Amino acid sequence: MNTFAETIEGQLDTRHGPILYLEDVSVSFDGFKALNDLSLYIDAGELRCLIGPNGAGKTTLMDVITGKTRPDTGSVFFGQTIDLLKMDEPEIAQAGICRKFQKPSVFDALTVFENLELALKADKRTWPTLFHRLSATQYDRINHVIETIGLMSCNQHRAGILSHGQKQWLEIGMLLMQEPKVMLVDEPIAGMTHQEVERTAELLLSLQGQHSIVVVEHDMEFVRSIASKVTVLHEGSVLTEGTMDEVQNDPRVIQVYLGG
Amino acid sequence: MKLITFGSDKIASSVLLALGLVSFVIPFCNLALPVDSALHFSAYTVSLIGKYLTFALLGLSLDLVWGYCGILALGQGAFFALGGYAMGMYLMRQIGTRGVYGDPLLPDFMVFLNWKELPWYWLGFDQFWFALLMVVLVPGVLAFVFGWLAFRSRVTGVYLSIITQALTYALLLAFFRNEMGFGGNNGLTDFKELLGFNIQSEDLRAVLLGVTGITLMATFVLSRWVVNTKLGRVVTAIRDQESRVRFLGYRVEMYKLWIFVFAAMIAGVAGALYVPQVGIINPSEFSPLNSLEIVIWVAMGGRGTLYGAIIGAVLVNFSKTVLTGLLPEIWLFSLGAIFVFVTVFLPDGIVGLMRRKLQERAA
Repeated sequence: MNTFAETIEGQLDTRHGPILYLEDVSVSFDGFKALNDLSLYIDAGELRCLIGPNGAGKTTLMDVITGKTRPDTGSVFFGQTIDLLKMDEPEIAQAGICRKFQKPSVFDALTVFENLELALKADKRTWPTLFHRLSATQYDRINHVIETIGLMSCNQHRAGILSHGQKQWLEIGMLLMQEPKVMLVDEPIAGMTHQEVERTAELLLSLQGQHSIVVVEHDMEFVRSIASKVTVLHEGSVLTEGTMDEVQNDPRVIQVYLGG
Repeated sequence: MKLITFGSDKIASSVLLALGLVSFVIPFCNLALPVDSALHFSAYTVSLIGKYLTFALLGLSLDLVWGYCGILALGQGAFFALGGYAMGMYLMRQIGTRGVYGDPLLPDFMVFLNWKELPWYWLGFDQFWFALLMVVLVPGVLAFVFGWLAFRSRVTGVYLSIITQALTYALLLAFFRNEMGFGGNNGLTDFKELLGFNIQSEDLRAVLLGVTGITLMATFVLSRWVVNTKLGRVVTAIRDQESRVRFLGYRVEMYKLWIFVFAAMIAGVAGALYVPQVGIINPSEFSPLNSLEIVIWVAMGGRGTLYGAIIGAVLVNFSKTVLTGLLPEIWLFSLGAIFVFVTVFLPDGIVGLMRRKLQERAA
């Protein structure tokens, strides 16, 4: 196994509850403040939904956590001790923070099985990857995930020919393969049918506890069906937090969404 | 898991079979059959085919970085030339006292420049094993240093293509200088012997063709194995969605570096096989135009298939031989026309067309 991932695992300290600490994070692009002194804590094992109007900073927030964007100020910690701002994207991914993108990004030229194989938690350096053979356990694990995401019938198909909804599922499967501590899920149900949406909700609910999950979604009905706690972002900072009922009755939230 | 899937791939198996025939039958027909036999291949034809096969090896190396990893490297010819120079240096040291000036240690051009001592970087090249080591090591180290700097800074796309052109152009200028100690614009030539055999002899030419063919087959099989491993799939994934691969925890720059260095070493071997068959290596091999031609071979054959590069390299160079013989002034125009035609009408190259026909017949 990868020594880097192991070291990180030994260091991860969630005794005080939160697994992600974001404090006073600001990001600006050409003078536009995408994130403005944002502070947010995600507890270990919790399922949190992030909502907010367009441009509220939801995707930028995920970019900051996964190392794609460096904040101008503020701090981002994984557990109490691991400073994510000192790590780059592959390191953060290996540490166990994995992401599903807004636009489904699977590898079109590879089969469903191969997509999952690449996501598999394993030593990700070049030479071990060159000589990598799937063990029986890993093989079973991939097949298990294929079953979970309902793509049994097309596991040898190229990912490029899947429907939009199937690609979404495949990407969720790729998240599962990485056995992440934290899953950042950006708009998981876009393009899905009603039944698929229900299955996604079930899946996410079954995963909370073992994983900490942050879901960004616009569909309020979906958010209501999965979230116990909702955070509302507005203009780059946290507007309010609470249960779905609490935030929906918050006059500030109503104002932000309806305009005023 | 299938290790190498030749059985199911008709084109790959045919290419391998054809290479096997070329490597054994042509040298045999050249050496064993009488000169007046209809099946006798002349020494000229043998060298020509040998040269095509070194180009095929060079094309294959570019297909690994371009077709599989999406790095449009426009300096692959530089690694070919460096491998060629390493072999040329060995051949120069084999000349010994048979040079024009008869100096036992110094090649002619150094005597001509009034040099008294052999430069340190020429030491060791009297040993064949050392030269062979340098054939892969020098291109490999240059690719490693260059790739490390470029890929770590996330230089991609057209910017990377431009700096690879600059790399080969810088080497061209450097090797033109007499003070560099590589024979200036004349390069290295007038070779006499390879491993004690007369380099002009038909026997050696035939053997070199066989060796080139076998090396090409072995490299083809090895490369096909590489692209079918998990590393190969990561490399393909980088080609299609580079940033996504990073978020899966892979260090993209290390994978690019791996495939780039591997390909540079193959190009070096191709250069080393090329030089004894054409009898000369000079700085023009570093010319940026040469590296661009390689891209045309691969595009014409079909990217991302390996055998497409082999087919493309052989076909383009064969037509080059024919056309430069018949109508030398139109060769560059026809090359340009081929490239435009392929880009517009055959985006997957000749191989793409063959695959479509095979599928149609199956259906």
